[in-house]
Amino acid sequence: MIIQIMVIVIVLTLLGFFIRNTLNNLELLGREAGYGFLFTPSNYDINQHLIEYNSRSTHLRATIVGLINTGLVAICGIVLATIIGFVAGVLRLSSNFLINRIVYAFVEFSRNVPVLLWILLWHGVMVHSLPHPKQAVTIADVSFLTNRGFYVPKPLLEPMFWWVAVALVIGIAGAAMFARYSQKRQEATGQRYPVIWINSAVIIVLPLLAYWMAGSPATLEMPVFKGFNFQGGLVLTPEFLALTLALAVYTGAFIAEIVRAGILAVSHGQTEAAYALGLKSNWTMRLVILPQALRVIVPPMISQYLNLTKNSSLAIAVGYMDVVATIGGISLNQTGRALECMSIVLSIYLCISLLISAFMNWYNKKISLVER
Amino acid sequence: MAEQNQQDYVPGTHASLPPPISQVGIAGWMRKNLFSSPSNVILTIVAVYFLYKVIPPILNWAIFDAVFSDVDHRNECREIAAGACWAVVRARFDQFLYGFYPDYLRWRVNLTFVLMFVALIPLLYDQVPKRKYLLWFSLIYPFLAFFMLWGGLGLEPVESAKFGGFLLTVLIGMTGIVVSLPLGIALSLGRHSSMPVVKMLSVWYIEFFRGVPLITLLFVASTLLNYFMPPGTYFDLLLRVIIMVILFSAAYIAEVIRGGLAAIPKGQFEAADALGLTYGKSMRLIILPQALKISIPGIVNTFIGLYKDTTLVVVVGLLDPLGISRATLADSSWQGLSTELYIFIAVGFFISCFAMSRYSLYLERKLDTGHRDK
Repeated sequence: MIIQIMVIVIVLTLLGFFIRNTLNNLELLGREAGYGFLFTPSNYDINQHLIEYNSRSTHLRATIVGLINTGLVAICGIVLATIIGFVAGVLRLSSNFLINRIVYAFVEFSRNVPVLLWILLWHGVMVHSLPHPKQAVTIADVSFLTNRGFYVPKPLLEPMFWWVAVALVIGIAGAAMFARYSQKRQEATGQRYPVIWINSAVIIVLPLLAYWMAGSPATLEMPVFKGFNFQGGLVLTPEFLALTLALAVYTGAFIAEIVRAGILAVSHGQTEAAYALGLKSNWTMRLVILPQALRVIVPPMISQYLNLTKNSSLAIAVGYMDVVATIGGISLNQTGRALECMSIVLSIYLCISLLISAFMNWYNKKISLVER
Repeated sequence: MAEQNQQDYVPGTHASLPPPISQVGIAGWMRKNLFSSPSNVILTIVAVYFLYKVIPPILNWAIFDAVFSDVDHRNECREIAAGACWAVVRARFDQFLYGFYPDYLRWRVNLTFVLMFVALIPLLYDQVPKRKYLLWFSLIYPFLAFFMLWGGLGLEPVESAKFGGFLLTVLIGMTGIVVSLPLGIALSLGRHSSMPVVKMLSVWYIEFFRGVPLITLLFVASTLLNYFMPPGTYFDLLLRVIIMVILFSAAYIAEVIRGGLAAIPKGQFEAADALGLTYGKSMRLIILPQALKISIPGIVNTFIGLYKDTTLVVVVGLLDPLGISRATLADSSWQGLSTELYIFIAVGFFISCFAMSRYSLYLERKLDTGHRDK
């Protein structure tokens, strides 16, 4: 009890000390703390904005644009990293000596070099080694790889396209319901529907049907070379590409090790038992090995996702305008409100990571072994 | 020959025949590891094609067409050969190691670095002769290193703005490792404690520092820390950064050790209580030795992460190897040679991080006493 009171007193004293100093310092600077500046024009441009934004927009909008950019890198990076990680993790277990060694070298090189260095290296290679727009590398006649970015056709969506999105949502919901139903049926009768095939068919066919019925409400805008650069189309900037690829490869190497450890953690007896029961080898993988391996794989993989999201803040090193570069960088420098800007950045990241760890706790509880 | 083959042997006396040629030697090895099944044959062909496509260009660029000689402009490099221009690394090599540490005082850095291994070896391996005395040296080493690097007490002082290159990396990394370990242990004990206030504060601390990226904390260190101090206090930027790195990695270490504490059977705590040990004694003699042992691989991994994260200090303007490379690239005679510089730094980091991860594997094997079933 005495210790606790002492701890409280010490912590409160420290907090009081810091707060008093902060107030004193703010007074010396002749400034009041407050978030009113968020609603004043930002006066700077952001080259990649997925929502409407210009230099007359507010700082708040700049923050949101930055947050969306962070989210974009995080989602693309996570998807890529998962693919890289699973492929590398499975190949690492291959009995083929060459494949095994190549993947081993890849994983060790990726993991043991700082991710910031990877980002800068990719960015440097893209800016210095890719050709100018005039000699762009053409891929399939519609995409162009240049040192100013990767130009791809841009889908232009008409209002009717909403129906396709609605159909997709309905398809996913239906697939989830069907998966549940078939799981129940399997538990009751032991018979199994080909769930994966039926579900992927539902998820793909429904939106396609809606697309056809709505009268093809989307067209592609092609990038065209005009003057000195490509016009139109969708451009993936070298900054975005470098950041996403570097984060994906770096995190993918960690995920590869997690996947490998997860598969190795399922004892060989399980495979033999499944074969003894007469399961085919892909059923063995899907119904016996994978569910058990995933229990080991998923929790550390989610914390890798979280790491990737946090590492996306390194965007500032290559000038990609994520949430740190907008509100914590240019806005901070323009308004001089370090305290307010940094508190916003810190709380955004804190929210993201607390949400993800809440999800992880829920998931861990759900999959943890129920011992009888 | 023919007669010999027909010779009768008493069962059990025939000399062992050599195994079939396809099972041993290079042929056998290749059969087993490269061509054991049709899919393996395809994989092997793909891998060989991949290596053939990737390795020669890289070797050509990095070695055969590269310039190693001592030139001082990138254009001279281009005149000699089309590959990598390692001359830039050669020209700035000293800066990459020491930053702007004065030339004539660099022996102090070298000596500190060599002594670091003397201090580390008894900590890393337990079969060193005279380990007891060497451990005393390990204990005083941090103070010695501080004195050697910054000077004072008769040695010429060097201000920390002059520190840079891999010196800075090792300095921040090592200080972070040494100080954050005890802090992390304290935090994990706090989180494991039965006192609600202590537990709550530890949880808040750990969740906060694990939830935000290091780069934002470094920004806090460079822009905000002055707000929290009495007006007029001046803090060295390097010191502020080191403090942040320590606070940051302590949270991660606390989390790793918490895993170790959670893995210890409850009976151990109860047994310690039953023996009448105080909290401090039961922790020091019973719980922590076991918990730390379990969590050592995790701790080493955290250290590797911390060591790699030291590169982030470049964003607040410290001259770590990346900062030096940025300054080099701004020099008009070395513009555009970013690939060479980054690869050089990457190799430097790879060597040290790979060595650390090998050490962690060695520890894992050594400490695996086989209590838990595999």
